[in-house]
Amino acid sequence: MRKLKEFVIEKLILFCGLASIFFVVLIFLFLLKEGLAVFKTVTPPQFLFGKSWYPISEPPHLGILPLILGSLMVTLGAALISIPIGVACAVYIAEVAPLKIKEILKSGIELLAAIPSVVLGFIGMVTIVPWIKSIFHLPTGLTALSGAVMLAFMAMPTIVSIAEDALYSVPKTYKEGALALGATHWQAIHRVILPAASSGIMAAVMLGIGRVIGETMAVMMITGNAAVIPHSILQPVRTLTATIAAEMGEAVVGSEHYFALFAVGIVLFVISFIVNVGADLFLHKKEQ
Amino acid sequence: MNDSNVTECPASPALKLKKRSRDPVLTQRLAFAFLFVSTLLIIVPVGLIIVIIVQKGLPGITWQFLSDIPRQGMRSGGIFPAILGTIYLVSGAIVFALPIGLLSAVYLSEYARGNFLTRLIKLAIVNLAGVPSVVYGLFGLALFVTFFKFGASILSGALTLGIMILPIIITASLEALESVPHSFREASRSLGASRWQTIRYVVLPNAISGIITGTILGLGRAAGETAPILFTVAAFYLPQLPGSIFDQVMALPYHLYVISTQVPNVDEKIRYGTALVLLAMVLFMNLAAVVIRCRFRKKKKW
Repeated sequence: MRKLKEFVIEKLILFCGLASIFFVVLIFLFLLKEGLAVFKTVTPPQFLFGKSWYPISEPPHLGILPLILGSLMVTLGAALISIPIGVACAVYIAEVAPLKIKEILKSGIELLAAIPSVVLGFIGMVTIVPWIKSIFHLPTGLTALSGAVMLAFMAMPTIVSIAEDALYSVPKTYKEGALALGATHWQAIHRVILPAASSGIMAAVMLGIGRVIGETMAVMMITGNAAVIPHSILQPVRTLTATIAAEMGEAVVGSEHYFALFAVGIVLFVISFIVNVGADLFLHKKEQ
Repeated sequence: MNDSNVTECPASPALKLKKRSRDPVLTQRLAFAFLFVSTLLIIVPVGLIIVIIVQKGLPGITWQFLSDIPRQGMRSGGIFPAILGTIYLVSGAIVFALPIGLLSAVYLSEYARGNFLTRLIKLAIVNLAGVPSVVYGLFGLALFVTFFKFGASILSGALTLGIMILPIIITASLEALESVPHSFREASRSLGASRWQTIRYVVLPNAISGIITGTILGLGRAAGETAPILFTVAAFYLPQLPGSIFDQVMALPYHLYVISTQVPNVDEKIRYGTALVLLAMVLFMNLAAVVIRCRFRKKKKW
């Protein structure tokens, strides 16, 4: 009897162990199921590189190039801000900060990671947006730049904590060797520790960017949501994620628009899959 | 830190590497100043955000605000339905995600061998954690709302959130299980206990703090997310309490989004008050997780 019970439990455990694989596959299948229907009306190149997104006009224009460019612009901006600052902060926490301050800084970073994105979006609306409006004398502060600044901030916890882990896991003997050769602390960091931790830092950067591409609420609230091809970072843009969030509520189930939004979801899923597998490869390279 | 010994031996090999003759001590000072400023650029805004929300939100927090339904198109009254809705959703998500996540962690820590399947499972967990939250919303809409015909309901929303927080629970539980020393398991097995008995009576009780911590962090994440509930459960304005799990509810994060972007002329006090309640809820859970972690860490005997 006990053997039977344990047999059942162990099978259940194995079953749950496979749950993650099951759910990833399930998500992808259901996105495909709903999203592939859009390719009855547009070809994949037309969908990906079409220059206009007017999903409810007659006939609908379903080109997501403006959305891809919007996401790209916001992501690039956020990466330019968050990578140097994030990595520098990680180095400071891992190498320079005294022990007590280190703990405080780490909890500060954890705190930032815990703030819900809708709260950050709200704060962005009442701070960054009016600032950018008045600094650049714009008709509206809801621009790609506002989104980039806010997203840079949201990518920081990911970048800092993973990069800090990578720096921490560099064997202490490397640093001691460098110091024994007469290098200053900074030279040891710059020439020995950073190169040794580089693949972990790459992974941190990739996961940070992954977070930025997938972020939805904050971008939707502060980038202005104009689905046109952006020409400057001081224009309103609309990202892939914000498009889904803003339009799905109004899309009629089973319409071209509905299928197109799921197809945008497929694009996002594929991007996040590439980013995460890539980051994972970097992390495993480090282990070898 | 090691300034002094470097200035004393200027001919050290590390310096010869540099062709430009720059003072390494000065370089170090500049570099450390840059690192420090970067850190401040992250930490100071975090503090400011919290201060702004608390300062502007606190005057709006009254008993009536917390316990009343929204009135006059959300421009006055309270946010009670949204608070309750979020509590329902979070509870539902955890009821679904905790058993699966915990057993999944048990599999990875106690049963899995270091083979291709294990690598695949870990990769799936990483991917699940990285899927954009709005894609979870789409998935919930396609699977629970449309395919299973649950409609936009607490059930659909809670299941969607549950799948979303699964990787958090698995990762935290796995870490907790793996931190239980191997000798504990060996001692138990050598006394004749079976594998499951060892897990049930030795490994799990010793890992419980980490599991609770991970669960609470998952709760906090679920409470703050908006995109997954947009199409699966959240009601724009529903001034009544849900009767069953097949009803729609309001939820705090969505409510904050609605009153700050969709409804014009909402009193600042209500916006900041809502933001404060949501932030307090999430931060309280995180704080609880930290406290539990610290208390159990002190008790640990190994």
